[in-house]
Amino acid sequence: MGQLIQQLINGLTLGAVYGLIALGYTMVYGIIGMINFAHGDIYMVAAIMAVTVLTLLGAAGITAVPLALLITLVVVILFTAIYGWSVERVAYRPLRNAPRLAPLISAIGMSIFLQNMVQLTQGARVKPIHALLPGGFELGTIDGFTVHLAYTQIMIIVVTVALLVLFTWLITRTSFGRQQRACEQDRTMTALLGINVDRTISYTFMLGAGLAAVAGVMVTVYYGVVDFSIGFVAGIKAFTAAVLGGIGSLPGAMLGGLIIGMIESFWSAYLSPEYKDVATFVLLILVLMFRPSGLLGRPEVEKV
Amino acid sequence: MSQTILQYHGVHAHYGAIHALRGVDLTVNQGEIVTLIGANGAGKSTLMMTLFGKPVASAGKIEYRGDDITRTPTHKISRQGLALVPEGRRIFARMTVLENLQMGGCFSDPQHHAADLQRIFGMFPILEQRLQQRAGTLSGGEQQMLAIGRALMSRPQLLLLDEPSLGLAPLYIKQVFRIIRELNERDGMTILLVEQNAHHALNVAHRGYVLQHGEIVLTGSGEELLASEEVRAAYLEGSSEAA
Repeated sequence: MGQLIQQLINGLTLGAVYGLIALGYTMVYGIIGMINFAHGDIYMVAAIMAVTVLTLLGAAGITAVPLALLITLVVVILFTAIYGWSVERVAYRPLRNAPRLAPLISAIGMSIFLQNMVQLTQGARVKPIHALLPGGFELGTIDGFTVHLAYTQIMIIVVTVALLVLFTWLITRTSFGRQQRACEQDRTMTALLGINVDRTISYTFMLGAGLAAVAGVMVTVYYGVVDFSIGFVAGIKAFTAAVLGGIGSLPGAMLGGLIIGMIESFWSAYLSPEYKDVATFVLLILVLMFRPSGLLGRPEVEKV
Repeated sequence: MSQTILQYHGVHAHYGAIHALRGVDLTVNQGEIVTLIGANGAGKSTLMMTLFGKPVASAGKIEYRGDDITRTPTHKISRQGLALVPEGRRIFARMTVLENLQMGGCFSDPQHHAADLQRIFGMFPILEQRLQQRAGTLSGGEQQMLAIGRALMSRPQLLLLDEPSLGLAPLYIKQVFRIIRELNERDGMTILLVEQNAHHALNVAHRGYVLQHGEIVLTGSGEELLASEEVRAAYLEGSSEAA
């Protein structure tokens, strides 16, 4: 029983991180109808950047945890947003009117480029940082198993929920959100109404990258180690989460993330940690076979 | 008294290999309703879309209030006081009626929005009843009202309508033409109307142009064109439904 509750907490945390990355996938998909395959690597870049910024802050003597975290978040979000903008500018915009496969390939190219760039400039070794937020609560001992809730886990869950609420509001209630949804439905008409479609798409990539940046910073703080290759697997898992929840749907991305986080942590605890990735990908295949529109995806019924 | 608001000078346009406009000259003056009639594929919609740079004119010049806007990016054009009700309506089907209207007012003063909405509800009461409904669930006629309402949200000085009566029930067609006249007479809005329904269009318009194979072949006042043998033979035969 204690073990079960512990895995629920771990799964929730992991799921929140996947959900955050999945939000970025789903937002970009929502506006251009395409998967940004460089998104996972944007997240990796953010995680590496977090290590750098935290180390620099430590060297500069800024050790108060909330302040250091805040500065890191702001700096990493800003720089990662620039990466997001660049990916769109380089890999997507020149191919706006090309066949759909072309930007997918160029995005995969961006992904390979980012991984290699980080490996070359930062080295391939795993990068550790000091535990920034050690400790947590002991929730009690059940059946001889002590359940822990780490401060970092609380942070991740709270930040994720807050961002989900913020972005849902942004997309459904604001003028920018309407423009974004309009771009998705009819780009020409949106431009005819005076909206700068290219700029709206750029902003969306930057927002998606910003979400990946938050996920990257939090994972760095949570695990304390990152390297250049974490983007690939995390990216594919978050992609699975987005598809599972229904690509294009923000709550769906979060729900998908949570389900995958749960599957992973329970699989690792009760079956075998080596095969946890297999579980995720089997799920991806099943979803694509039996429910390609995902759990909360919209049914494609429209009057013309 | 009437000041030129829109002018095409020898405009050519291509869709790939298709030469859709072959040197069109056209003028719209302040306060006029001008209609452009012609058969399917004559280039009517292309003529309207080149104004917005979709496609960009391959030769010639388009002037709006004296400014050359031939190569102005699409999104900057409607911010200058033009609004288009496009062919096929192109409403945002997965957004609500209200959101569609709000999209039309993206670049107008937000202080006007409430008043503009009320004005549009006055013209199209059905939109107010359906405000929170997804636009894709509206009937064709209602979608056309929404497309017109959306265009009006930007408070345009020049309203462009591309086949607003296409596919509508007779009752709706009447309403659309009544609204066009009302906007012109009451609000002094300048209107360029592309129509296949030549009878209705020429009745409401001050002046008209006939477009054939990408060229203007005839021009005159609404009455002149209605009386013209060529127009009667080509565009009014069989469409004798009374206005």
